[in-house]
Order: sequence, then C-alpha cells, then structure tokens
Amino acid sequence: MSAPQIPVILSSSPSSAATIGRDLMRRTLRMMILSRTLESKLASLYKAGKIVGGVYLGTGQEAFSGSLGCLLDQDRDIFAPLIRDQAGRTAFGEELIDATRTHLGSAQGPMRGRDGNIHRGRPSERRPAMISHLGSAVSVVAGMLIARRMQGSLTGVVGATCVGDGATSTGAFHEGLNLAAVEKLPLVILVADNQFAYSTPRERQFACNSLLDRAAGYGVGGIEIDATSLVSCLTGIQTAVNAARSGNGPQMVVGRLLRLCGHGEHDDGSYVAPELKNSLLGRDCVENGKVELIELGYATAAEIESWQEEASEQVQEAVAIAQKENGPDPYCEDWRAVSTPGMQ
Amino acid sequence: MSVTYIDAIRQAQLDLLREREDVFLYGQDIGAFGGAFKATKGLQEEFPERVLDSPISEDAMVGMAIGAAISGMRPIVEMQFADFSSVAFNQIVNQAGTHFYRTGIPVPLTVRMPCGGTPGSGPFHSQMVEALYGHYPGLVVIAPANVSDAYHLLKEAVLLDDPVIFCEHKFLYRWLKSDEIGEPGLSLGQARIARPGKHATVVTYSAMVHEAVRAADSLASEGWEIEVVDLRSVKPLDLDTVIASVARTGRLLALGEAFPWGGVTAEVVSRVVAEGFHLLDAPPLRLNAKDTPIPYHPDLWASHRPTPESIVEKLRELLNF
Repeated sequence: MSAPQIPVILSSSPSSAATIGRDLMRRTLRMMILSRTLESKLASLYKAGKIVGGVYLGTGQEAFSGSLGCLLDQDRDIFAPLIRDQAGRTAFGEELIDATRTHLGSAQGPMRGRDGNIHRGRPSERRPAMISHLGSAVSVVAGMLIARRMQGSLTGVVGATCVGDGATSTGAFHEGLNLAAVEKLPLVILVADNQFAYSTPRERQFACNSLLDRAAGYGVGGIEIDATSLVSCLTGIQTAVNAARSGNGPQMVVGRLLRLCGHGEHDDGSYVAPELKNSLLGRDCVENGKVELIELGYATAAEIESWQEEASEQVQEAVAIAQKENGPDPYCEDWRAVSTPGMQ
Repeated sequence: MSVTYIDAIRQAQLDLLREREDVFLYGQDIGAFGGAFKATKGLQEEFPERVLDSPISEDAMVGMAIGAAISGMRPIVEMQFADFSSVAFNQIVNQAGTHFYRTGIPVPLTVRMPCGGTPGSGPFHSQMVEALYGHYPGLVVIAPANVSDAYHLLKEAVLLDDPVIFCEHKFLYRWLKSDEIGEPGLSLGQARIARPGKHATVVTYSAMVHEAVRAADSLASEGWEIEVVDLRSVKPLDLDTVIASVARTGRLLALGEAFPWGGVTAEVVSRVVAEGFHLLDAPPLRLNAKDTPIPYHPDLWASHRPTPESIVEKLRELLNF
C-alpha cells in the first residue's frame, strides 16, 4: 500500500500558533500526555488480564481529540465522545477516576458495572454515554441542542461529537448530520480519517477523494487538517468551534492521521503497511506536539518531562483507588430498566 | 357531537402542549400539513416552535428526541407508519431502552406508532410492532383500544419518565367513535374487562378487542358468555387481571393481530400456564395473523388477520375441549 499524501490545509506555522496562544497549547499538550499515559497503563492492565471487556485506545489521535476538549467550554458545551477520545474526555473535564473505575469494574464508576469502559458518560454533565452503534450520537447531540433552543438557553452553546472514517458510512451519521444542518444547529463534528475502520482501509469505506466532500453535500461548513500536528488541530478546530458558536451552523473537521494502535488491544494491527506507518500520516502527534511547543518557545523539554511525571503519578493514583474498590454485587442489583415502579 | 379515536390523540397532544412547555412534537409532515392521518392538524399554528417537521430520517428523529428528552424536554415523535420505525430500531432499543439502566438518567420519550392493518395498505403500512419493542428492556408499550384510552393513556405516556412505544391502531382512527373522551378510569398498567363472561376468556388488545367482542356477541345467542380482557398496555402486562379472569372461566384464548411467532399472545399463554395452570380446564389457545407478510388485496388482508368468524371458530375449539 502506498502512503497517501496529507492534504495539509492548515499547516503548523508560527503565525497560526500565535492565534492559538501559549496557554492553550500548553494545556492541550498536557492533556494529550495525560491521556497517553492513562491509556498506556490501561493497555498494560488489559494484557495482565485485569480488565473485563475490550480496551480501545486513541493512540495517535490525542492532538485531534484533545484540542476539541480544550476548545469546548466545560460549563455549557456538550461533548459526546467516541472510542478514541480519551484525550478529549480528559480535556473536557472527565476525571481520570471515571476511566479507571469503569475499566477496572468498580461499582463506584459512572456506569456502576452496568456498562463498560469507553461507553461511560455523565449525561447530566453534558457528556452523553455512547452506545456501540457508530454515528448514533450525532442526532442525540442535535436533540440536546434543540432542547436548549426551545428552553431559550442555546445562545453561545456548542455541541460536539467525534467519529472515525468508518462511521461516516452509516445511515445514522448521514441522518443525524442532515438533521443538524436542516436545523442550523451549533454542532461540531470531528471525523478522524485514521485510514482504517477496524481493519478495513478507507478505499473500501468510501469513494470520494476526501471526506470533506461530504460536508458540502450536507450544507455544512468544513475544514481538513493534518491531525498529527497540534498547531493544525487547535487552529482548525478553533475555527470550526467559533463558526458554530457564532451561528454558522454545523461544522465538520476532517483530521488526517493514522491510528497508531489496533482497533482494540485485542488487535495487533498487523494489516497496517510499514510504508504507511513511516509516512507523514504515521507521525506521533504527542511527540510532534512536544517538538512544536519547544520550537515555539512555549515549553522547555524539562517542563514537558515534569508534565509526564505528574501524569504518571495521577494515573497511578486513579488506578490504585479503583483497584481497591469492589465490583457490583448482583444480589444487590435492582435489575430495573425503567425508572417508574411497576412499569416493567 | 362525537369524538373519534384520532380526535382523542390530537386532543391529548393539544392539551399536553398547552399544559406543559416541555412537550414538543416531531415527525414527518406533522406541521402545516397536520400529519399523514391529521393527528396534529392545526397544532403548529398554535405552537410553531414546538411542532416541527422532520426530515425523512427515522433514526435521527428518535436520536434527536432522546437528546432532547435527557435535556429536560418531553418529546412526542410521530412515526408516519409504525412499519417505518424499523429504521429507528437502533435508537429506540439501544439508545432509549438502555439509557436509564446504564446511566440512571431516564428518557421521557413517547414514540407514536400508527400501526395495524387497513384494507389495501399492504406489507409496509400495516404491521404491528408491540411484540418487537416489548421484547427489549427499558421500554413501556401501550396499545389503546378505545377513545378514552387513546386520550388518557397518551397523556400518561408523555408524563411518564420512561420511553413509551404508543401503538395506535389506524383502523380505529376514524371508525371508532365515542360521545365523549370521558374521565380517566384505570391507570397505565391495568387491564380492563371489556366484556364480562364466564365460559372462556379472550385476552387481547388494540383493534382486536372489538373483533373479540363481536365474536363474543355472536356466541351469546348460543348461550356462551365470553369474557374479553383488554390489556391496554402489553408492557407492563397486567397478569393479575388476566389470571383472575381465567380463574372465573377456566379457558383462555390469547388473541392478537401481530405475526404468530412469539409475541404478546405467546407471552400471555406462557405466563398463564406457568402461574395459573391449575385454573385451566382446557389447553390455552392462541390466534394471530398468518405467518406471511401482510397482503395488499383487501380479500387477502381480511383473511390474514383474525376476524370475528375465525375467533368464533377458535373459541368453539376451546369451549368444546
């Protein structure tokens, strides 16, 4: 397989970095490092047999996802993550303990053992709990926005969700984005064009040159970025978030990158050609992000090293707490699927 | 002045819109057009912000309503035909149906399903869906058989904090009339004795209640007194009322318009056998539609679903055991 070129629409440059600012870049890189550290630990725990169910990582997508999480307003926006959005979750305010509790089966996690791992969410904190059916969150976020419109509280709010290239083949994605466009909702959708949907290459997934072509078809604003660059991610996603927030309707951001892990930790990703891994698409956004900050003078290598150490401590603590906690007790479970007594 | 079944459905939605600011309606052609069956006629004029036309996107319609429901609203989604809800199946059973169990946050969503057959409607505009959705956890499934229930059960559905599949029968829309909507009687979850009797019990719901009563009327001239139980909601299923009736009659016919494999009638028979075996004087019987797609031609359609004649025949088999 030949390595595709990245159509870099927004490239890393000092001028675009200046519009982002030092603080946002530093915060985003810290979130990316924290996410990578957590996920590395989860992968180890999985291999050690400590995790029930699958482990799905966002390795290589931290800049794309984390930038969105950092650009959203934690106090009012909506963020519906998918399976490779640990960085976005952390950046949007999800505590590490939610992740470790859910993966390690603690009854104190947000899903109480009733659902696992990446399905976790806290809808009351504007973080919907994803289901496995790709694309199905697009319309849910649209509904959360329409509710706010009816309640008179939509002004200034953005709803965001993430999918991969494979999810853009689903009916749910199409129906949801079309609906959001018809309603001119402030929705931002990130499409991680990460070259594979599980093992299926993008050539077997869609026939358009770029997934960005789809945005025009829906009447949706769009931008395509090099998602291996932190500056590109922050610049491009900021443009989209600002456009949505200021009333320009849904915005799609297509991020070109390579998934740097298997579909899940059960998958070694052996179908990914070495040429692709060695291409620009295969650049590790975390390592590249460190270089970007250092070159811009926004952080020193020593500072970044201290962030890494801090992240390791935070992850250790979150894992240690969750490991001490009990799992759910089937004899204390109420086994109720509806909230109203007598309705089952 | 009479009120039809569909008038009651329209009136319930109008009253809900007037009484509560968190209620809104979403569906195809429900705005200025008033819906394919006119269940929302004139409602957008009074509530332009809360009666919205949707794209032809059943999956997204329900997904959107779920998002709104977990954000403080009480949406009513109109499926143009219950058959089309197959496109929304994932959002209904996997998103709405699992949400409370998974997250502790209920989804106060009502999906109105114009279901059941009418002559000439064919395989894709006639289906019953109550067994399909009743199978999945987390959903309440209602199937009103009369004008009063169409009104009061719809209001109860919308005020319930959980997702409700509201199966309204198209055949009853304009055919079924009442002098008035009337006061609320039984609560959601309670079955009703539609016709008292002592020789056999027919347990049914929706439009088949009327076919069962016709069958019972025709057997009355021969001295048979058939009791007809209208379930009103198939989930929850009021087994107490069913068992009490079987205890009186000793004989059970479970009747439904849905396809015969599994479903509500199988559930009723299974539960009665398990919990009231000693009450039965004869093997319980089931009568459903035939196990083929629903035919288009009125003559075929009329033989596909149970009729008063086929119900009488089945009841004779039950009574003669």
